[in-house]
Amino acid sequence: MSAVVSEFASSTEAGQALVEVRALTRRFDVSSPWLNRVLQREPRRILTAVDDVSFDIARGSTYALVGESGSGKSTIAKMVLGLLAPSAGQVLIDGSDLSRADAAANANVRRRVQMIFQDPHASLNPRWRVGDIISEPIEAFGLAANSGERADRVVELLAQVGLSAADATKFPHQFSGGQKQRIGIARALASNPEFIVCDEPTSALDVSVQAQVLNLMRDLQAELGLTYLFITHDLSVVQYMADEVGVLYLGRLVETASREALFASPRHPYTRMLLEAAPRLDGFGREHVIDGGEIPDPINPPAGCHYHPRCPLANARCQSEIPLVRDVQWSRVACHEAEHTGL
Amino acid sequence: MTAHTGATPAQSLLSVRDLIVEIPTRRGVLRPVDGVSFEIQAGEILGVVGESGAGKSITGAAIIRLLERPARIAGGSVHLAGRRIDTLDSDSLRRVRGGQIGTVFQDPSTSLDPLQRIGDQLAETARLHLGVSRSNARERALQALIDVGIPGAAERLDAYPHEFSGGMRQRVVIALALIGEPDLVIADEPTTALDVSVQAQVLGLLKNLCRERGTGVMLITHDMGVIAETTDRVAVLYAGRVAEVGPTPAVLTDAAHPYTRGLMASTPNPIPGDKHQRRLQQIPGSMPGLLSVPTGCAFHPRCEHTMAICSQRRPPSVPVRSSDVGCWLHSEVPET
Repeated sequence: MSAVVSEFASSTEAGQALVEVRALTRRFDVSSPWLNRVLQREPRRILTAVDDVSFDIARGSTYALVGESGSGKSTIAKMVLGLLAPSAGQVLIDGSDLSRADAAANANVRRRVQMIFQDPHASLNPRWRVGDIISEPIEAFGLAANSGERADRVVELLAQVGLSAADATKFPHQFSGGQKQRIGIARALASNPEFIVCDEPTSALDVSVQAQVLNLMRDLQAELGLTYLFITHDLSVVQYMADEVGVLYLGRLVETASREALFASPRHPYTRMLLEAAPRLDGFGREHVIDGGEIPDPINPPAGCHYHPRCPLANARCQSEIPLVRDVQWSRVACHEAEHTGL
Repeated sequence: MTAHTGATPAQSLLSVRDLIVEIPTRRGVLRPVDGVSFEIQAGEILGVVGESGAGKSITGAAIIRLLERPARIAGGSVHLAGRRIDTLDSDSLRRVRGGQIGTVFQDPSTSLDPLQRIGDQLAETARLHLGVSRSNARERALQALIDVGIPGAAERLDAYPHEFSGGMRQRVVIALALIGEPDLVIADEPTTALDVSVQAQVLGLLKNLCRERGTGVMLITHDMGVIAETTDRVAVLYAGRVAEVGPTPAVLTDAAHPYTRGLMASTPNPIPGDKHQRRLQQIPGSMPGLLSVPTGCAFHPRCEHTMAICSQRRPPSVPVRSSDVGCWLHSEVPET
């Protein structure tokens, strides 16, 4: 038992936190216009996309946020990048808060934070040559002394992601989806970042190409010591990429654990359902035992624990009292009944 | 060539033979489907798997003749329960669609009329294809909703499609596909737009309903996990051709075609309790475009076993163990 504990604990103690997400909350007002509300006697409608989410990302590690549609994963990504202001809570990157810092300090933090997008076809300007796309961040942050140095850096970046120097003069439409995603990665690397937010970076790619991109991302992490926030709905990708995993359900973090602990002994009933539902390559003729129902309306989520209408363990307490996050063995779980899900 | 299916076109529920689909363009004639053959037996689920551009969806569309112009069937034959359907006139074809063949597409909202109540859509299909009375059709519509597990089915009969969630809407589409009591259902990526928990529910439903009724299913997907858990046999498509077709466990665990092996090795697999992150193998390059399909075997530029013959001649489909495989590794190389 103790051997298992130390094994699970090791990955969390590996590095100091580079990114600290503290009680992050984001609400959206999705009400009808004022006149419609008055005429139809509708109340304001508020959607809480992210609800009191806290986690740390250790330097040099990969933190995966996993969840189904409407779980708030992309909203968290935008707030971590400083593209969207939180309604409450804060994001600290190496101790500095993007929403508070002055412009000069901000630019320095921004250089260290980059993003890889989901759709490689939509995230590259079709009228720009690949070389210009990749050198834009170098120019914007003044990272090269002259155009010659900039061109050298572009060639180096292209080689790093497995493309050739000649590709710099081509346009995005001349590349396949996987190659476009490589260009997106080269652009993200251009400002020498430490932290990269990856929002479903391979879900638009075919599986053989996905393997190329995931392997490239792992190699680059080992080479450059990058820290990743990896957002996905695909548990098989999580298992391949993550050190730590956070499971989101309707804007709340229901379980966080190391990859090993999460896959070996998931504690939250929702995590267990997700693992049960994921199709397996060796699951020939498998019948799934799935908690029924679907993700409820996020504007009027169930009271108490959001998962209680689908949960096999739910009791009266789950319907009224929001479960707090607490330690259960190797995981941090928000569930009143987590002790009873153990193996 | 079809040593293992053992069935002639007359015996199989669906028999597709050397199907060719062509699209004439200014830059030449494209062949998104180039000589595809497979059989589906009654009550059997055949998975059709491949990456984007493999020709999966066009094969499905060609079988029910829903090809968009200027794409057209340029060769081969399609038999349903012994009757040739690729040459039918449009009146007979209309009775086949919805009557003998039901369809489920990726986006449920494209299969439902947004202005018509669910119950009316179901009843109309039942009346058209089964010739039953109005009241009987209404009863069948209710039963169909109950069969696909819609809670409160009696009240939901009068609901409109937008009142259902995505997963429930796809259940309604399955009810619609099955209400005409078809012999075959063509399901094209039926769960790709759904979340994983809902996907498992919908696939389980499709599988069990078709098993019970002896309905054959052609399940088109890009997801190897879905193939493993749902299908009896699988056809792996590459660049409009069948690389390999055989029983699902055999093809997935002991593939004979290098493309299938590469596909399996590049797919991450979430095994509960697995602590090891084996490095994923990757297939170099990507699927060729239709304007530049390589000569000989279309996979040869990406294949690690390429021989001289591979770039010169297209491999014939030959029986290997329990599958049919189109690869020169398994064929006698002809004397030149």
